[in-house]
Amino acid sequence: MNCSVTGKTPIIIGWRIHFVLLISRQGKVRLTKWYSPYSQKERTKVIRELSGMILSRGPKLCNFIEWRGLKVVYKRYASLYFCMCVDTEDNELETLEIIHHYVEILDRYFGNVCELDLIFNFHKAYYILDEVLIAGELQESSKKSVARVIAAQDTLIDNAKEQANSLSNMIAQATK
Amino acid sequence: MGTRLRDMIRSIRACKTAADERAVVAKECATLRNAFKDNDQDFRHRNVAKLMFIHMLGYPTHFGQMECIKLIAAGSFPEKRIGYLGLMLLLDERQEVLMLVTNSLKNDLNHSNQFIVGLALCALGNICTAEMARDLAPEVEKLLHNNNSYIRKKAALCSLRIVRKVPELIDYVMVPATALLTDKHHGVLISGVKLCTELCEGSEVALQHFRKHVISLIRVLKNLVVSGYAPEYDVNGITDPFLQIRLLRLLSLLGKGDSETSDNMSDILAQVATNTEGSKNAGNAILYECVKTIMSIEAIGGLRVLAINILGRFLANRDNNIRYVALNTLVKVVSIDTQAVQRHRSTIVECVKDSDISIRRRALELICALVNVSNVKPLTKELMDYLKVSDPEFKGDLTAKISSLVQKFSPNKQWYIDQMILLMVEAGKYVTPDVTRALVVVISNASELQGYTVRALYRVFQAWDGQESLGQVTVWCIGEYGEMLIDNLNEVEGEEPLTVTESDAVDVVETVLKDIRVSPDTVAFSLTALLKLSSRFSHCADRLKGLILEYKGSVVLELQQRAIEFGSILSKHTNIKTALLERMPVLDEATYYSAKQVEVGVDANQTAKSGPHSNGHAKQPNGVAKHLAPETALIDLLSFLPDEQPSAPHQSSDDALLGSLGANVVTSSVPPLSGGADMLLELLSLGTPAAPPLASQESPLPASSQSSLRSSLLDADPFAVPKGSVVSHVMSDQTHNGPASNADPFANLAPLSKPTAAKNPAFPLLVAMQTSGLKITFEFTKQANSPQTTIIKATHTNLSSSPYSDYLFQAAVPKFMQLQLEPASSNILPANGGAVITQVIKATNNMHGQKAMVMKLRVSFKADGQNNLEQAQVNNFPVGL
Repeated sequence: MNCSVTGKTPIIIGWRIHFVLLISRQGKVRLTKWYSPYSQKERTKVIRELSGMILSRGPKLCNFIEWRGLKVVYKRYASLYFCMCVDTEDNELETLEIIHHYVEILDRYFGNVCELDLIFNFHKAYYILDEVLIAGELQESSKKSVARVIAAQDTLIDNAKEQANSLSNMIAQATK
Repeated sequence: MGTRLRDMIRSIRACKTAADERAVVAKECATLRNAFKDNDQDFRHRNVAKLMFIHMLGYPTHFGQMECIKLIAAGSFPEKRIGYLGLMLLLDERQEVLMLVTNSLKNDLNHSNQFIVGLALCALGNICTAEMARDLAPEVEKLLHNNNSYIRKKAALCSLRIVRKVPELIDYVMVPATALLTDKHHGVLISGVKLCTELCEGSEVALQHFRKHVISLIRVLKNLVVSGYAPEYDVNGITDPFLQIRLLRLLSLLGKGDSETSDNMSDILAQVATNTEGSKNAGNAILYECVKTIMSIEAIGGLRVLAINILGRFLANRDNNIRYVALNTLVKVVSIDTQAVQRHRSTIVECVKDSDISIRRRALELICALVNVSNVKPLTKELMDYLKVSDPEFKGDLTAKISSLVQKFSPNKQWYIDQMILLMVEAGKYVTPDVTRALVVVISNASELQGYTVRALYRVFQAWDGQESLGQVTVWCIGEYGEMLIDNLNEVEGEEPLTVTESDAVDVVETVLKDIRVSPDTVAFSLTALLKLSSRFSHCADRLKGLILEYKGSVVLELQQRAIEFGSILSKHTNIKTALLERMPVLDEATYYSAKQVEVGVDANQTAKSGPHSNGHAKQPNGVAKHLAPETALIDLLSFLPDEQPSAPHQSSDDALLGSLGANVVTSSVPPLSGGADMLLELLSLGTPAAPPLASQESPLPASSQSSLRSSLLDADPFAVPKGSVVSHVMSDQTHNGPASNADPFANLAPLSKPTAAKNPAFPLLVAMQTSGLKITFEFTKQANSPQTTIIKATHTNLSSSPYSDYLFQAAVPKFMQLQLEPASSNILPANGGAVITQVIKATNNMHGQKAMVMKLRVSFKADGQNNLEQAQVNNFPVGL
């Protein structure tokens, strides 16, 4: 492997999403996804700090907060604040668009998504997020295609469950 | 077997108090721990899901990490799915446990089910470590060629994470990444373009490589721009804004610094800039990215105008988000095209007053980039007006910016002084000492404005509300130019006449002095001002003296010291008082500013600051200050001597040194604060009360005669000599002998310094210790490549008639030095210098050039059956060690 030139030029950390937070209006965390290394302690601190800043902002203000040399882009949907932390060089307007993209996919999946959906099906919210972002980068711009793969995976799960059920039924019958 | 996930969430949500919640969670965790211990397989995935919920509430969940790994290793998709999710959620890349999944990941990357491969790629992309990246890079690279687009796009982003972790792998993924640029699937294109961008940022070779493919990128972008409605990728009538933005970003990298590539893309950029509809956020996001690209490439003028016009439109937008990005981008554009940005000045000024702090900050930064000599007046006025009404949290930023603008662009001194006074009135507590110091330097230089300034300050002081900076400057000016206040000297046109009596002026100083809000520094300013006024205001002499003496018992030692010294100047030394209290010599602006810019230890300001307070003692409580105070005061007084313009312009204890330097600099261009004060501190820090008087220590800098004088006087044990007499001694020394006689700093120190042996061409041989029975000499050598390190060869000679046994030599140095003792040549020292012991000492002076070396020695030995102990301190190391 040739690594002669790459060694010389310093790596600039590119634009990306450092973490995603979903915070309710009461300050409860509904989803956290960390793409940059933050220790558990730092995570708690970041969440506390940001939810304080975001929840106290008025409705007409811009959706960006400059924070610790990064930028937090947030948007409120009903009782939930969707926040993404990006580099200062990143396109804030696009980040807003990514948030909206994710929300629309959630909305299609749950059918008029509300906070309760995301509480009881938090793992599904994560699965969907993992189909939208990897390594803090957008991977799919088509909502339909995300919906398709999520549905396909859900079917896989259902089939597995059915199989397990019929298997346990058979065992139950055999041992009767 | 526990409850269902849904039931657990319900019971947690039903908790009314935090304590209830903790109890429920603790119980759940206990059940989970038991289940994990029993290796319960059937419900493992449900248990991990519960754990994730508990984790999200902020409770510790480390005990479940192994369960995730077990789930991943299990065969079925449902288990793997929850296992990978738990892995990403409960672990982060710094945990060693991650090592254990490398093998499972490898298996899953080669799985036949696309979703299992997807899970593995996703997990790897989110949390892979450098080691995993190295191990699994070949697997991921293979997947970049996979014919399933679902896998290709994930592999692309996973590769991105891998090259972030291990940049050497850039060359490895470059070729497969190129193939992704011609993919038909948007997800793969998005991921591929992003991957290529990352590669270009990390490697010049990759950048050159992808420049060759710029045409195909342009083609993709063109297709998106001209394509009709594409339902799958449509966002508000725009086809795949995400892909467009990523393409634009890659183009900006490729075009930067390469005019040919830039030319190639200018058509499509113009097309995007003109055709994209900016009524919705998605369109604006593209326009914004397009502007950024145009600004970063080697674009032609016309394209730039187009971009700046877009920003102008953004600025006028009612949406705060759009205005924010406009301001943010204009800051970067200012350096390219100031004129174009100037056109939007009034809008930008309005943004400084916006209710949104994010916008205010951006706007303020932009304004500062826009200010020049011609518009500084109206812009400063705008900002000042706003300062009055802004939130307290924003005032700090605003004040700092205003003061730097005023300092940088003021058309004349009077305007500058006016603005600074205004600023101190409005936001005095946010004005930093640096700013006040700069102001004082300017006032001191503007002899025709001094009267005006002191009167203006007197006027605004009537409404003083504890602003520290205003208090300091006012008091300093009254101390210096008090008589101009009374006599209305140097009136400036249009100035209102003012009638002030001596006692009115003293009232001002007294107000500051007695105000409980001000710091001891400001009180020190005030005391000095009072002392200075005593020679000018003959009617108030008794009152001034009374005020000064009130601080005789101050708990702040610096103030006590000043009060006592000033008191004795007033009562005992009336013959020198007038000369001593003359106006401060003009502070040299050029020196002040150049000193301010040079940040090295040699610079005057720095030296002044670090002077008596270096070594970290400044921050210590008064115990240390007690030792410091005498030198501070002494330096204050002594420093006025060199140019025979004694004055006492103390600002604060460390500002005093600036003052003193200002005075010094008039006569000598070398900033010469010698090691005097430092040396004394060294001595103190070594903490030997019985230390022998210090021999004179030249500073490592080329010290002028004045500084040598200062240090030599200091060395003459300041504690033993009454202050007043030092002053008078100095005075007489100065007046009788004249400066010439002071040229030899060693002259009056001869009895104090130890006799030195024959000079070595490089460094003289030093007698480090000599007693009736023992002599230790030091021979110095320096290695050419490390000026900090000195090799000292110590030679021990027995001068007595009895031999020494168990001879042990020890040395100690202050913290800024390091010492390494080699073994001695022997531990027996024969009588009468029959033979010598040699020992090599390696000393490293970490503050080489700033501080001189100091060493404490201790020698123990047995002579005639008796234990002996000798100690000494070596302060007279040759210059430059």
